[in-house]
Amino acid sequence: MKIKGALENYTFVLPAVAIFSVFYVIPFVWVFQLGLFEWDGISFTRMFVGLQNFKEIFFQDKSWWQSMWNASYITLIALTFQNILAFMLAWACDREIKMKNFYRVIFFIPPVLSEVVVGMAWRFIINDIDGANIINRTLTGMGMPNLVHNWLSDPNTALTTVALVHCWKGFGWGFLIFLAGLQTIPRELYEAARVDGASAWQSFRKITIPLMVPVMVLVAILTVLGTMQVFVLIVSLVGGEFAGHTSVPVLRILASMRGSSRFGYACAQGITFGMVLIAISFIQYRFSKNRQ
Amino acid sequence: MKAAAYYKTKKFAVNTLIHLFLISVAITCLYPLLWMIASSLKTQDMIFKDISLVPHQFRLENYLRAWQEGGFGRNFLNSILYTSSVVLGIVIISSMAAYAFSRLHFPGRKVLFIMFMAAMMIPIPGSFVALYVLLNKLHLRNTPIGYILCMINVGLSTSIFLLKTFFDKMPKELEDAARIDGCSKLGIWWHVALPLAKPVLAVVIVFNALTVWNEYILALIIFDNRQFMPLQVALQTFQGEFVTNYPLLMAGLTITALPIIIVYLLMQKYIVKGVTQGAIVG
Repeated sequence: MKIKGALENYTFVLPAVAIFSVFYVIPFVWVFQLGLFEWDGISFTRMFVGLQNFKEIFFQDKSWWQSMWNASYITLIALTFQNILAFMLAWACDREIKMKNFYRVIFFIPPVLSEVVVGMAWRFIINDIDGANIINRTLTGMGMPNLVHNWLSDPNTALTTVALVHCWKGFGWGFLIFLAGLQTIPRELYEAARVDGASAWQSFRKITIPLMVPVMVLVAILTVLGTMQVFVLIVSLVGGEFAGHTSVPVLRILASMRGSSRFGYACAQGITFGMVLIAISFIQYRFSKNRQ
Repeated sequence: MKAAAYYKTKKFAVNTLIHLFLISVAITCLYPLLWMIASSLKTQDMIFKDISLVPHQFRLENYLRAWQEGGFGRNFLNSILYTSSVVLGIVIISSMAAYAFSRLHFPGRKVLFIMFMAAMMIPIPGSFVALYVLLNKLHLRNTPIGYILCMINVGLSTSIFLLKTFFDKMPKELEDAARIDGCSKLGIWWHVALPLAKPVLAVVIVFNALTVWNEYILALIIFDNRQFMPLQVALQTFQGEFVTNYPLLMAGLTITALPIIIVYLLMQKYIVKGVTQGAIVG
């Protein structure tokens, strides 16, 4: 009876476990396995090369580290500009102010759109095709025609342009989480501070900021994990499958797989990148624990 | 009195500044979308001359052409098919599993649950390489069913987590009553647990629908034929083929973006809830 009951209970988790084992566990194991081989993805034989792939990533692959730097640069802009903007907007919407809901609805539209739509729509706006570029037109109109240029194909501005579009798409997430965090702060704290004669700036610094630290760390972790792995936006925005000088790690993995048919190397890159991501979020987590 | 008037003026000034700030960001959010929709209604030669947001003529036939000649009709239906079947699959499979993890007893329950949760935390950026190899071996690559199964897997962990958290807090009395009435375990899951879980199921449905509709990388590596592709990948293919036809491309983008915007406007409540809950998960 007991065994029959346990078997019956297993049928509840069986579909989930089956799909999970085939489409998560097996690929997970294979990534580590394939990382030790040199293989083109088609032939029946693959060559065992040990840690050779990792050696190549660490000591020879300049374009890989360039892509890591690119992703870090975009992440840095997202961490500062995007999150500060999100926090300011959340703080503004947390006050007694009209049309709060209207703003909240609008700010979360970019995050629900796909990266393909956002990338292509923005590309159309800022890529200079026959002078349709609205930013260049504005600059000309403001009497600064010498600043006009093609923002996405100039290597000096391409990465920053990509980062700003990424911020446009992403700030809504931070905004919503910050707003939810701000709303949990009891109003009485602010009342009490005001009665004690604290200025708005003082209560912001002494009440709002300290209570929001855990939320800030959370948003920071989510921003880093999300931004480091960005790539669809870049493909759609810059065009070209592997995106040249705005390349990022996931695009390098894709390039190793589809461009140069080196499946083993692609997996090794994936492992290296995964480790970096885990390390970063672990450090951020520890940092937040120490602060509290 | 003077002080009160001063504070009133000051408050008004501050509020005006805040509104200016909020409105300018809101305009920045909407502008690219309005531009995209406006461009989809223009002709190819007007698109660069007339940069106003309200076109002089409304070329609605661009949409018909995008749907037929551009081939987006087919891809739109594919996206609908993938999204609905993946969401249905996730709802059934993850709610059964979550119910079992919360209420039923069997050996290995904890280990299995921890496995699902670990999958949620550990990023493996190269997994699509191995997934490609696996699907090739199973002869599931370039097939809709292969894509659907992969996408069900993508949404499984988070959905199980959300539903289990809900079931854990659900009072047991109703289930006990159903059991006394002779209801089977499967019957309790279907007739008692699922109807009670409606608010969480809404979050699960909306979020997974957004994920599947917007998904790109797996669709890119799984499908070779445009006839199977969902919209996101087809848009990229289209741009490669017809570099110059901007109004059709913009019509394609609008067809892709509008359903999501409509779903978002209708289901906002659940999305806000999901973001804040999902944030706690991370």
